[in-house]
Amino acid sequence: MTETLYCRDEADARPRLDRFDARTRIVTALALIVAALVVRSPFVLMAGLAGLVAFAWFCELRAKEIAGRLLHAEGFLLVLLILLPLTVPGPAALSLGPVELSAPGLDRALKIFLRVNFSALAVLILLAGMEPVRFGHALAGLGVPEKLAHLLLFAARWVALIKEEGLRLHDAMRARAFKASTSLHTFRTLGFFCGQLLVRALERAERIDEAMRCRGFAGRFVLAAEERPGRSDGLFAAGAAVAIIAAVALDRLT
Amino acid sequence: MAHIPDGLLSAPVLIGGAVLTVGGLALDLQRLDESEIPKTAILASTFFVASLVAVPVGPSSVHLLLSGLMGLVLGLRAIPAVFVGLLLQAVLFGFGGLTSLGVDLVNIAFPGVAAALLARLLLAKAHGLGAAAIGAGVAAFTAFTVVGTAACVSAALALSSADYLPSLRVIALTYIPLALVEAVITGFVIAYLKRVKPESLGLTAQPEGAA
Repeated sequence: MTETLYCRDEADARPRLDRFDARTRIVTALALIVAALVVRSPFVLMAGLAGLVAFAWFCELRAKEIAGRLLHAEGFLLVLLILLPLTVPGPAALSLGPVELSAPGLDRALKIFLRVNFSALAVLILLAGMEPVRFGHALAGLGVPEKLAHLLLFAARWVALIKEEGLRLHDAMRARAFKASTSLHTFRTLGFFCGQLLVRALERAERIDEAMRCRGFAGRFVLAAEERPGRSDGLFAAGAAVAIIAAVALDRLT
Repeated sequence: MAHIPDGLLSAPVLIGGAVLTVGGLALDLQRLDESEIPKTAILASTFFVASLVAVPVGPSSVHLLLSGLMGLVLGLRAIPAVFVGLLLQAVLFGFGGLTSLGVDLVNIAFPGVAAALLARLLLAKAHGLGAAAIGAGVAAFTAFTVVGTAACVSAALALSSADYLPSLRVIALTYIPLALVEAVITGFVIAYLKRVKPESLGLTAQPEGAA
């Protein structure tokens, strides 16, 4: 319905991961990403990436979802992957006619490719399928300031509403045969679209503010933590910790 | 390409970005009145939705940053609002990363807020100007905002590794279409808001037909 204007690739839920505490998933994802930054050997990174792909398969992620997500991260990567082997000084590893690919440049590009994809995959598996509300509560549980957690919770709640508002505007534009192209007309139309979206959001904000005051909102919600880390969380975190420590040890010892 | 993913930057740059972000957020959250949270949040989600719109540029398309516009509408509150937007983008859509969140916030929000604070001072003095003139003025500011973001991204990459230096020119080039498109669209947004809801820009409503 909205392919022309919006990118739609929100992730699906992960039934096999949902039994774990959201905080465990957040901390594990962060630990994995930091570990990928610390590890220097491309072989260990490759093994880690293979392990994550296997884990993704276990969590029943579809290959299409993984590929679509990883492509997002590649904008930067494409430029660096092409230019690093050409521009980093060093002995040539490969010459294709006049073009020489330097060995340190290739090494650098390979490591970056592995690290970026490993990190993106870790976020996709562990965090992308999580309900934003659950994510917000978990962040508050991890010590993120309450105001920020509230901001995140409210914003996550209203993204769906504002998106509906945007879809209504988009339908109205399509009913008037609007088709986006590279033209001043498109830019003006999209400017008015954003402007109108803002006007409606501001008016909605006033209504919400009044409604919440009517119900006695004084700026605070109690962030009730329903989740309790259980034994399975301990096992999961211990497994991840063992894998990370083993990978870092292997990287430093070899 | 304003969102730097995990795995590219060096530890000192990541830590520097995180420290600036924590500092900026702490200052802002302290000033943020609790009753303002719902309004800030709904505007954060509006900008999040608006930044999902793909604007066609030739054969490709760009997503708007809207940091200058956010700064104009939200003032300093734009920093936590952008942070929330970036966090949701990183987690739900895979734009940017978690460890690079601090650097990304500095790159995107700080130039926008700085330019917007300056633009607001000028706007307050621009009483008699019409919507078109104000829109054009803000467009110029917005172009600088995007250039500021490009400069911050380049600095983050350059400080991380000298190997990135030759690639920076190509990355910087990709910001030119974004700066132009963002400037033009933000100009139209501001001209629209000036006509329809001037108080959202901190301006007083003018009598009908004055604009």
